[in-house]
Amino acid sequence: MAALLEIAGLEVQFGPVRAVDGVSLDVAPGPFGLGLVGESGSGKSTIGRAVLRLVPAAAGRIIFDSTDVAALRGRELRDYRRAVQIVFQDPDNTLDPRMRVGPAIAEALAAHRVVPRGEAAQRVRELLEEVGLDPDFASRYPHQLSGGQRQRVAIARALSVQPRMLVLDEPTSALDVRAQARILELIGRLRGERRLAYLLITHNLAVVSELCEQTAVLYLGRVAESGPTAELLAAPAHPYTRALRSAVPEIAASARAARIVLHGEPPDATNPPAGCVFHPRCPLAIDRCAVEVPSLREIAPGRLVACHRAEEVLAGIEMPEPPGAVESGTEPSGTVRPAPAPSPPAELAPPPQPSTSTSTSTQSAPQPRSKG
Amino acid sequence: MSFGARNVVNVDHLGVDDAEIVGLAGESGSGKSMTTLAVLGLANTVGATVAGSIKLDGRELVGLPEKVLIGLRGSRIAAIFQSPSMAFNPVFRVGDVALRALRRHGLTGSEATGRVEQAMRGVLLSPDLLRRYPSQLSGGQLQRVAIALAVALRAEVLLADEPTSALDVTVQAEVLELLRELRSRDGMSVLFISHDLAVIAELCDRVAVMQAGSIVEQGPADKIMSAPEHPYTADLLASVPAIERRA
Repeated sequence: MAALLEIAGLEVQFGPVRAVDGVSLDVAPGPFGLGLVGESGSGKSTIGRAVLRLVPAAAGRIIFDSTDVAALRGRELRDYRRAVQIVFQDPDNTLDPRMRVGPAIAEALAAHRVVPRGEAAQRVRELLEEVGLDPDFASRYPHQLSGGQRQRVAIARALSVQPRMLVLDEPTSALDVRAQARILELIGRLRGERRLAYLLITHNLAVVSELCEQTAVLYLGRVAESGPTAELLAAPAHPYTRALRSAVPEIAASARAARIVLHGEPPDATNPPAGCVFHPRCPLAIDRCAVEVPSLREIAPGRLVACHRAEEVLAGIEMPEPPGAVESGTEPSGTVRPAPAPSPPAELAPPPQPSTSTSTSTQSAPQPRSKG
Repeated sequence: MSFGARNVVNVDHLGVDDAEIVGLAGESGSGKSMTTLAVLGLANTVGATVAGSIKLDGRELVGLPEKVLIGLRGSRIAAIFQSPSMAFNPVFRVGDVALRALRRHGLTGSEATGRVEQAMRGVLLSPDLLRRYPSQLSGGQLQRVAIALAVALRAEVLLADEPTSALDVTVQAEVLELLRELRSRDGMSVLFISHDLAVIAELCDRVAVMQAGSIVEQGPADKIMSAPEHPYTADLLASVPAIERRA
């Protein structure tokens, strides 16, 4: 099936900083979710913005529905911006505090002439209902709503123009857990009902596990690993994915993966380390990692990974605790730290069971995804 | 605690033992942070009045004069908050802020410097970072400097109000590890406030769940997480997104 959105070799440059460095990703037609996961500075939000042409691409192509997005002008660009909508982390920055909810949504309807003016009010009520809000909220101001309700309004406004794809940029990170769970549930429901495709940008692997078929893990502007979400989470092939996976707090003690604590901050993008960008923090780094950039290669069907030791990681090699280096912060990220001794070879722990098994916890994970 | 005639927080009993980490869970508006302010004797700064009793090591804090409270805050009870940048004046180097705090609690300049540098190493940061301004540190680093300050002051109780909610998940893991270590190494007692029960499950020995100003359930963390008795606790637990273990 042809991809709805195809990103090929995307680079985004902010002055001397290469925020996105050669990223290629596909989003299939909806219902489909692609998760972009990474820490602050990984370039995940920048990719989302580049897709919307809010930031220019320095190189590479973004193809939406067989059309090069960079070439769009005038009316076509307008249509594209209707077809692809974005929802930001903080709804407060997207809603005008002096504008009531109804007019805020109706503005989008009018801008794209979605419905005749006389029908706008009615449509606004339907949209509010669709995102689980009381239609009477149309007459309220944003400050009269809770954070979760405001995020619903932002989603309603994005949906009002009948987009084909959404870019969801940390849509729940500013919310309380309960509000977060409800928003995730809403996204799961809408994707089925509206056959939506989306890019879901988050730093929380647990969020993509529920809503995305495919996931790409980003590190310093590059794809560290990508593949089907379930496989990637059950058996990560990149040490960074493994560390990120183990950092997700879990309620059930039985579900907690052995914690791999990464020391040090993500490196400075103005001066990225030589070799593999992850090697200064990598518990498995060997000499080769400091000099040779690992290429993104297919290690199993549909699974791409950029790591010299991906086979061992996939097989479940034990990760030694990285040297608990004191952070100087002044450390020029380009310098090569003595790599920790490679762990004894052939000591392959059994691969992590993609356990369907007996988690004794009573935790009932919310399951917003209407599969299929 | 009340604002005027309106009673907003009603905590029957909540205790933290020596070298114990207690989690206080609840949503926005449940009264978690108000409880922190009350313990710090800062409720009046938001216009609230406190009734009842708050004891530190057997000593009643409610009603103590501000002068005495100032002596206790920092040196015996320290607090860290969600946004560490709020804890540091942006126009001073973080080291200056730290040193001033220590000298205010009676240390000489050289004692203070020694303690702060040692505490920085204790939180895995180079003392060199003390020369930086808050804006030159990452959120995770700044939060660790705030924790180092509590360590340097030899605080026995740390109130941690959503200290990791604004941090990346890998940095959060690092801060949680650090709190565990402070407990086992220095015997620090921690009241850890969060809306995220998964974080609390990982860190805390005991948990109290707050809803609308009252504690609806408290007990050992394992027990609350595996067999919550109050429906609100169950609801909070179900809200935590979990990495699916369904194949």
